[in-house]
Order: sequence, then C-alpha cells, then structure tokens
Amino acid sequence: MSMGEARGHQTLEPRAPWWRRYPSLYGALWRYSVTREMQFKANFLLWIVVEAMWFGLQLGFMSVIYGHTEDVAGWSRWQVILLVGCSHFIQQVFTAFFLTNVSDISEHIRTGRLDFMLLLPVNTRFLVSFRKVDLGAFVNAMSALAVIGWALRNLGHLPGPWEVAAFALLCGCGVVVHYSLMFMLASVAFWTVRIQGAVWGYYNLFNIARIPEGAFPHGWFRRVFTWVLPMILVSNVPSMALLGTMRSPWMGVSLAALALACLAASEALWRLALRRYASASA
Amino acid sequence: MGKYLQVLRIGVQNTLVYRVNFLFRATVGLVPLAGTLYLWRAVYAGKPGGDISGYALSQMISYYLLVTLVDAFTAVAEDDWQVAADIKDGNISQFLVRPINYLAYRFWLYLSGRAVYTAVALVPVGIFLFFMREHLAAPVSGVALVAFVASVAMAAMLQFLIACTMALLAFWVLDVSTFIFIQFALEYIASGHLFPIDILPAWLSRLLMLTPYPYLLHFPVGVYLGRVEGEDLGRGLAMQAGWVALGYVLLRTVWARGVRRYSAVGG
Repeated sequence: MSMGEARGHQTLEPRAPWWRRYPSLYGALWRYSVTREMQFKANFLLWIVVEAMWFGLQLGFMSVIYGHTEDVAGWSRWQVILLVGCSHFIQQVFTAFFLTNVSDISEHIRTGRLDFMLLLPVNTRFLVSFRKVDLGAFVNAMSALAVIGWALRNLGHLPGPWEVAAFALLCGCGVVVHYSLMFMLASVAFWTVRIQGAVWGYYNLFNIARIPEGAFPHGWFRRVFTWVLPMILVSNVPSMALLGTMRSPWMGVSLAALALACLAASEALWRLALRRYASASA
Repeated sequence: MGKYLQVLRIGVQNTLVYRVNFLFRATVGLVPLAGTLYLWRAVYAGKPGGDISGYALSQMISYYLLVTLVDAFTAVAEDDWQVAADIKDGNISQFLVRPINYLAYRFWLYLSGRAVYTAVALVPVGIFLFFMREHLAAPVSGVALVAFVASVAMAAMLQFLIACTMALLAFWVLDVSTFIFIQFALEYIASGHLFPIDILPAWLSRLLMLTPYPYLLHFPVGVYLGRVEGEDLGRGLAMQAGWVALGYVLLRTVWARGVRRYSAVGG
C-alpha cells in the first residue's frame, strides 16, 4: 500500500491537501445522491409520509398519556412533546447523513465491494460513512424542528442564544452517539456476514431515547443506558438545555464526553475488524 | 396434506439458520418494552390510587407482557418481503405449474417460522417474564383460557392474511416496501401494540374496534385479562372469525387477479 502511494506521488500531480480534497469529494457524493433520489420522486415522497406517520404516532402516544395525567416524572405535556420532537430531530439528522451508509456495510462485505473501496486512495471509513445522503430525512428533520418550536410556544419559553447554541451542540453529540453505536453494530458483520438485525436492533434501542429520563429508576438499567449505551442522555440532555431545566452543566459535558468515547470505541472496533478482514472471495 | 407437512419441515430447517438473529431480535426487543413499562410506572406514580380507564398499574404491565407474548406467536417476520420478492423475481412461476398451492405453501412456512421464533424467543422473554411474574396473573377462568387460545390462533391467521394481501401488491407496483411500512404503522397503533386502545376517548376506541386491527392483539389480550366476558366475548370471537373469513376471500380474489396479470406479462 505505502509503495503504491509513493509511486502515485511521482507519476501524478501532487494531491491537494486533505482539507480541500475531502470536502470536494463529499460535494461530488452529494451531487450523485441528489440525482439518484430525484429519479424516484414518488418513492421519495412516500418515505416522507411513512416517517411522518411514525412521528405522529409517538406524539399521539404521549398525548394519550397526558389525557390521563398532568405530570410524568416531573415533565409536563409540552416538555415531553418537545422531547419527542428533539428525539425525532436527532434521529432524522442521523438518517440524513448516515443510516443507509452504515446499514450498507454488511452488503459491501458480502458482495466484496469493500475490497474495491479499500484500494481507493481515500480513507475507507470516510467513504463507507458518507457515500449517500438521504434528502427526505432533511424534510422530516424540519418537521421535528417545527414541533419543537410549537412546544416552546405553548410553554411560553423563549430560549436565549446560549440555550439554542447548547441545544445545537448537544444534538450534534447525539448524532455522533447514534452514528458510533450503529457503526459498531454494523462492524459485527465482519465476523458474521448476515446481520440484517443491525438496523432493527438500532431502532429498538432508540425507542427509549424519547422517554423522560426521570422515569428510569436508579439501578443497572439506568446505569447501562446512561454510561455504556447513552440512549437515555441522547435526547433528554439537549431538550433540557433548550428548556433551561438542566440540573448541572455536567450533564452536557457527560454527553459530549460519551459521544467522543463512543466514536473512539467504534474506530477501535473498525480497525480491529479491518485487520482480520480477509475479503469475501478469499 | 403430506406435502405441506414437508413444507413445514423444510421451513423449520431453513429458519433454524436464523436462530442467532432471532435470539438477538427477541433480546433487544426487551429494551423498549422495559422502557415503556418504566414510563407507565412513572405515569401511575403521579396518580395516587392510580386507575387509567379501568387498568391498575399491575394490569397495565400484564397488558404489555401479554402483547409481547402474542406478538411472538403471531407476528409476521420476513414473510411479506419474501412473497413480494418471489413475485418480483418471477420465482412464483414454478409454483403456478406445480400441483402445490403457493398461498398454502406460504402459510405453512409462516407457521414454521413462528414455531422456531417462539422456541428461541422463549429464553429471553421467559427470563423477563420470570422477573415480572408478580404482574402476570393466570387467566381469569378456564373459559377465558380456551377463548384466549382460540383468539390467538385466529389472530395468527388474520396476521398472515393481511401481510400476504399487502405483499401481493407486488403484482401491480414495483416497490411494495412503503405500503408495507404504512400498513405496519397503522397496525402498530390500531392493534393496541403501542398502548391498549380502550384508554383512548370512547368514540375513538369504538371506531377502531370496527377495523380488523384490534383483533390482532388487543382483543386476545383483553380476553386473557378478563376484560371481555360473557356476551361480549361471544360477539368478539364471532367478529374475529368474520374478519378471518373476509380476509381469506380478499386474499384469494387479489391472488386470482394478480396471477392473471402476472401470466399476461409473459404471454
């Protein structure tokens, strides 16, 4: 590999530095995704309908619960609507950038396409993670933001610029957590090629993110889903930042630190998997 | 009949390949279940002497545990995708020329899939139920138990008929996945999977009871919990049988029309 690269430097013109090369590569991938999606317009719109239905279902569930009570674990009706909206927002941003790409990994391994990607002079994880963009998910993310705005209006709470900034940053951390966890699930495909369960398992784990954190009693369940698979923090912490109800800034710091830890763990697993990878056809 | 028992045997062997996947599914599926139960505990904690539409906390928990069980017995896993793929890839041609009924063949495969899934899921779900055993009461009476078994059997048939009919849309449209997902979302709420539908406002739950969906989960679980008794029980079972019969007629009709269309492509 290193020899090939060295030769490449001699015969081709010098490569642009990575901070120019990768953005332009990503731009090309975007153009490709847009062209591809616009070929199936009806399908594109139907998927938006499907996602909107699931979002409506979750909001409906919470509304039904609040038809019978005023307060769940210290959260009022509109605070929980905001939480569900925030959870949907993070999930849709994750879907827009990563979901299809990460769930395609086992397919790349099975078909041997991964061999081809490993040979390209690009970071393979970059290529695998950013191949496609799901444009419909951006539309859904907007509808989630609209619900968040609607909830804030009903709460009569106008968040300040710092709260909005913290919310945006923590949502970003949430997306990183989802990406890293799902990437690890998908990397299991290196050991057992058939792992269609990854996406399904991920959706199941994600389900608990829209439950108010106060509902989880102290115990091993709460500890595992806070510190190992931080699903309880992922949308609760950004929501609390926006609502101004965060008990201490350490909650935000924890989520950020856990996001970095998850990312590092997924990189470690990915490298381990690549080292023992011996191609599909071998 | 003998040939379909062969199908069952082959089906069991084929699905056994996915046993690890099933185990993974059943185990991970317990996480959102636990989350929902925690959520309901928090709801009841804010309601001293809590009672929600006639459900005490313990009964609400039983409801979700039983939904998990009935769902393991009856849910359609890959069957609808496989039927759609068979049609799209032209695999059903070989069934049309052979003395075997494709729909019956699929039904036996569905049964074998459920048998294997239930056997595998029994381990994690059983452990979970063991820890929650204080909330899982025995059925209220012998009649309730018999009626529960009968209604689960009919729920399984109904589940198969709905999924299969949706998959047959593949005769007409190229990609059925969005239709399957939309149907699944409807089913998820109207069958009582997300929450018991009788905690909805009365007019809405009565409206939903007119659709086939509650007979997939809500009704069998209600029978077990003794929430449907006497005259209502008989009427409910008759309703469920009616939906199964109607679903069968619909499936046969759609199949006949689909096959006619399918043959026309090659001819």
